[in-house]
Amino acid sequence: MEPLRMETQNLTVYYGKNAGVKNVSLPVHDRKITALIGPSGCGKTTFLRALNRMHDLNPIVRIEGRVLLDGEDVYAAGVDPVVIRRRVGMVFQRPTPFPTMSIFENVVAGLRLVGVKDRERLAEVAERSLKAAALWDEVKDRLNEPAVGLSGGQQQRISIARALAVEPEVLLMDEPTSALDPISTQAIEDLLTDLKDQVTIVIVTHNMQQAARVSDRTAFFLNGDMIEYGPTERLFTNPADERTEAYITGRFG
Amino acid sequence: MRDKIYGQLGDRVFTAGLVLLGLAVMLIAGLMAWELGAGGWEAFRSFGFWGFVRGSAWNAVAEQFGAWPFLLGTLITSAAALALAFLPALAAAIAVAEYAPRWLAEAVAYLIDLLAALPSVVYGLWGIFVLVPLVRDHLEQPLFLWSAEHAPALMGVLGPPTGIGMLSAVLVLALMIVPYASSLARDAIRLVPRAQREAMYALGATRWEVVRRVVLPYARGGIFAGVILALARAIGETMAVTMLIGNSGQLPYSVFGPAATMASVIANEFAEAEGGLQLSSLLAVGFLLMLLSLAVNLVADFILRRMSVGEGRK
Repeated sequence: MEPLRMETQNLTVYYGKNAGVKNVSLPVHDRKITALIGPSGCGKTTFLRALNRMHDLNPIVRIEGRVLLDGEDVYAAGVDPVVIRRRVGMVFQRPTPFPTMSIFENVVAGLRLVGVKDRERLAEVAERSLKAAALWDEVKDRLNEPAVGLSGGQQQRISIARALAVEPEVLLMDEPTSALDPISTQAIEDLLTDLKDQVTIVIVTHNMQQAARVSDRTAFFLNGDMIEYGPTERLFTNPADERTEAYITGRFG
Repeated sequence: MRDKIYGQLGDRVFTAGLVLLGLAVMLIAGLMAWELGAGGWEAFRSFGFWGFVRGSAWNAVAEQFGAWPFLLGTLITSAAALALAFLPALAAAIAVAEYAPRWLAEAVAYLIDLLAALPSVVYGLWGIFVLVPLVRDHLEQPLFLWSAEHAPALMGVLGPPTGIGMLSAVLVLALMIVPYASSLARDAIRLVPRAQREAMYALGATRWEVVRRVVLPYARGGIFAGVILALARAIGETMAVTMLIGNSGQLPYSVFGPAATMASVIANEFAEAEGGLQLSSLLAVGFLLMLLSLAVNLVADFILRRMSVGEGRK
């Protein structure tokens, strides 16, 4: 039995009165890639954002059930969402470089938050994170230039490097390649496979081929329900539920 | 191709109308500058342009006129008012846009905007009846009495403790320009994309860290634009300042003492100006005021271009 890094137990997420995610129990295995697939509006992004308490920023959202990180409920009383977000990082659908910061400052932004000032340490982390995000060779000579001068694919890898720099235990990725061209997408998919040894990844994707290529486990969501979960290969070759089969064979969504 | 798309009659009429209106604005501004310059020509000719700008005597009887006391008065009062108003205005903008619950935010924002709608003569009256006695009785007189006893040398610098003077004018001016700085800053802060904030939250930032490291840098262009608008407002403010500043043609020599600004001297003396040279000198002051405003706006525009944050590479 592989160890679990995170786990949701009967997780329900309400937007006002509507449940965007209904009663989902999903294990997230340590240092594996878990993919969440499903048609638009199925609740996969809503589910993802519940894992690092991003919904706290929206007052109309209400959470029921439990989200365990190393066995502890991240929604328990007295748990600081800021601490959770340091341990569970996130990369968004669109690249979000901070436009007033250089490439270097973007990557170390999370370290600045915890008060790291040592220049050597910052430089070392920036290099390691940019290498991990497969961007070092492209930007090493212009670390002090604005990050918004980079291409979309490079900007997204900046976002990944930035998330990795704080050494999160889990990295949540919300359709990280949907705004990118095929070559940048390829670069990021390769990257995911390399990152797997260091960090647990949960990735939401619209693209079934991507889920099949990169993930170890896949969960299929539909209308807020988790329909099916299993090893990626099994789910794609031999789905247990006919709705999963309908989706992966392209009959809807 | 171009003619096919834009050649329709309606488009042509619309374009022509826009061009005419745009030209009219430029024409009117040019005419105003011309009128002021021509009216002030006699003063500039008598004293020389720089002689008039740097001249510190303003004496209608001796027919000696120089704009320096008023130029200084304008620069000092508006800079001081801006220095006083900036942080409270920014703090109010952050509180309204980021922290306050919606009902409170809307009420506060509305009240701040209302400050801009009050006629400046009302500020002037409030200054005369409320602020001036307050400043006089609780600040200037105690200080004056103290210095009379312990440091007589200071008395000349402090000026007479009447309450009327630069300090009161600056305080009222600061209050008047808060809404200009604040509402532009507020709008700029509200326009910072949610994705930017979320990206910083996702790194484990607290709310204040998000404001400091993402929101304020991103909104800096709008915040700066508000500062410039407030400064321009302070430079041009006439009524309230005229009512409070004491209207002295001498060089401003102390914080409490009377002084005058370019706008206030025009308002104060225009109606009773005798003789061509005094009138011409007042028009020349108006011309300089226009130049000053233009210079402030040009510099601001230049800085703003470098500060503004776009959406990245396009």
